[in-house]
Amino acid sequence: MPVQVKGEVLDIRRAGAYHVLSLTAPGIADIARPGHFVTLGIGGEESSMVLRRAFAIHQVQSRGVYGGTLDVVIGVKGNGTKWLSERRRHDVVDIVGPLGRPFILPKERVNCVLVGGGYGSAPLFMLADQLRERGCRVDVVMGASTEEKLFGVLDLKRLASTLTITTEDGSLGERGMVTEVLPELMKRVDSAVVYACGPMPMLASVAQLATELRAYSQCAVEEAMACGIGVCMTCVLPVVGEDGVTRMLRSCTEGPVFRGDRVLWSAVGSIPPGTVGAPVEGAH
Amino acid sequence: MTRALISQGPVPGKGPVAYLDMSTELGDLVLSGPVLTASGCAAAGRELDQFFDITKIGGIVTKSVMLQPRSGRPTPRMAETPSGMLNSIGLQGPGIDRFIESDLEWLNERGATTIVSIAGTTVDEYGKLASKLRPTPGVAGIEVNISCPNVENRGQVFACDPTTASNVVQLVRRNSDPRMPIFAKLSPDVTDIVSIAEAVVKAGATGVSVINTLLGMVINPDTMRPHLAGITGGLSGPAIRPVAVRCVWQIRQAFPDLPIIGMGGIRSGTDALEFILAGANAVSVGTIVFHDPSSPMRIHEELQRALVERGFGSMAEAISYAHRPADAPPIESEGEDEYDFITE
Repeated sequence: MPVQVKGEVLDIRRAGAYHVLSLTAPGIADIARPGHFVTLGIGGEESSMVLRRAFAIHQVQSRGVYGGTLDVVIGVKGNGTKWLSERRRHDVVDIVGPLGRPFILPKERVNCVLVGGGYGSAPLFMLADQLRERGCRVDVVMGASTEEKLFGVLDLKRLASTLTITTEDGSLGERGMVTEVLPELMKRVDSAVVYACGPMPMLASVAQLATELRAYSQCAVEEAMACGIGVCMTCVLPVVGEDGVTRMLRSCTEGPVFRGDRVLWSAVGSIPPGTVGAPVEGAH
Repeated sequence: MTRALISQGPVPGKGPVAYLDMSTELGDLVLSGPVLTASGCAAAGRELDQFFDITKIGGIVTKSVMLQPRSGRPTPRMAETPSGMLNSIGLQGPGIDRFIESDLEWLNERGATTIVSIAGTTVDEYGKLASKLRPTPGVAGIEVNISCPNVENRGQVFACDPTTASNVVQLVRRNSDPRMPIFAKLSPDVTDIVSIAEAVVKAGATGVSVINTLLGMVINPDTMRPHLAGITGGLSGPAIRPVAVRCVWQIRQAFPDLPIIGMGGIRSGTDALEFILAGANAVSVGTIVFHDPSSPMRIHEELQRALVERGFGSMAEAISYAHRPADAPPIESEGEDEYDFITE
């Protein structure tokens, strides 16, 4: 169950194009699982920015004296993330979490491929750790437009059997997109599960590849959210249920991790015909 | 004025705070406190119950439910704006049948006070919704959302026209238990909100809920296209508070005894107080829930403190207090020994 706490900034450091913010988060850090996220209040109580910002939990540490701390990775995109990037040690940030449905871990020792686009690699660290603890082989693919926008290359290298890097400008690793190297890797390691976090088009391609190669895929989406707790209905996307029926599901409470083969990726941003409650031609 | 001291629990904060009667009356509906959730900002209470005890506030106003399940609009559905946000959700929801079976059932088991918000695309649909609710237990009141700006046809914003507003309310009244409190939710996007209030009161509304969102728009400077898939959306949050307070004030001026639920950008206890002083009998807390999911409870407590600090003997004494004549005497000072003080 999520809680709302006042977290204290322990540390903020640059990592390429990103900032890593470490916060005390008693009651959150200790129960967080890979794929969970938190939302952070922006600008204090009188802020003109009334919407919280959502971040995947990157790492958790149980530091006894703080009652648990967590790290999030911030990419500065607008005024809210800029404000967060300017926090300093001892500043207070309002945190709600852990939120969402985490990655589902395999019961058996299977080979897993983890794919991170940009700072989408952030939640894969805890995941890689836990998969390895279960005896799963973990291979990682990271991609970004340029080297600076890759997050955590050295640390992921330590956690993975192999690490493959792609950049669109060729500044590090192979020139191109993650999806160009993924099929070869999946075939080579005979992967049973692909875990992915990153931009929507990347997730769509990864999910499709996984389906083609008969692997199970778990995709963590990044949708614009207002509340993060399931009340505002802004972060919805079309997902096919086990009953074959398409519904507009909330990324915050029914995601952010979805089965890749269940999301109608090409219809994200629209209401596909046949969706529960979709407008009917000729009606209202 | 009578001063029933009812237990609302201690108020956190500094120093001793008196127990204060926070109860309020909306016609025959008596609420333990004046703070409600605003429709569309609390779903059906379940999510917020993780953050505070939803039975400890005045009540839950549920997200507007329609006759049929509804997918809502495409995304993006939301844009942050200065001290507010724009939304274009389009009333995504399960439809009235599933709402009654699952959401309302849960709220009743939980013991919450529930005001059900209904929305239709035709006058007839509002009538059917009221009929569905009539035999249903646990409905403390009905809020008739005639002012959602996110409908396919802007001409269907019933609250923009006194005749259509009146037609909807009349039918809801006819199809409801005669004692059922009915509140018409009004749009600020009208020339004269008082005339709309007058129309719905004549049509049988117990009171009014003011205000719904204002119609707004954001252009994305990168794509240079409208940011919302729905093009226009409803503006809410602290940015609209002065508009909302003005609407409450105007309606209170015209109707000294009309039950008014005030809402629009409330983020603190003093914001809530502003609405009450302007004439609201109760307030709804909306957009700020997205910023602070515990806010309804916090605002209840802050309001209680603010009322005590100003010497009010009960919440009800503060209603419409800003309308007093300029030469009115100050609040009758009641000796501190009359309060049941608690100390933390």
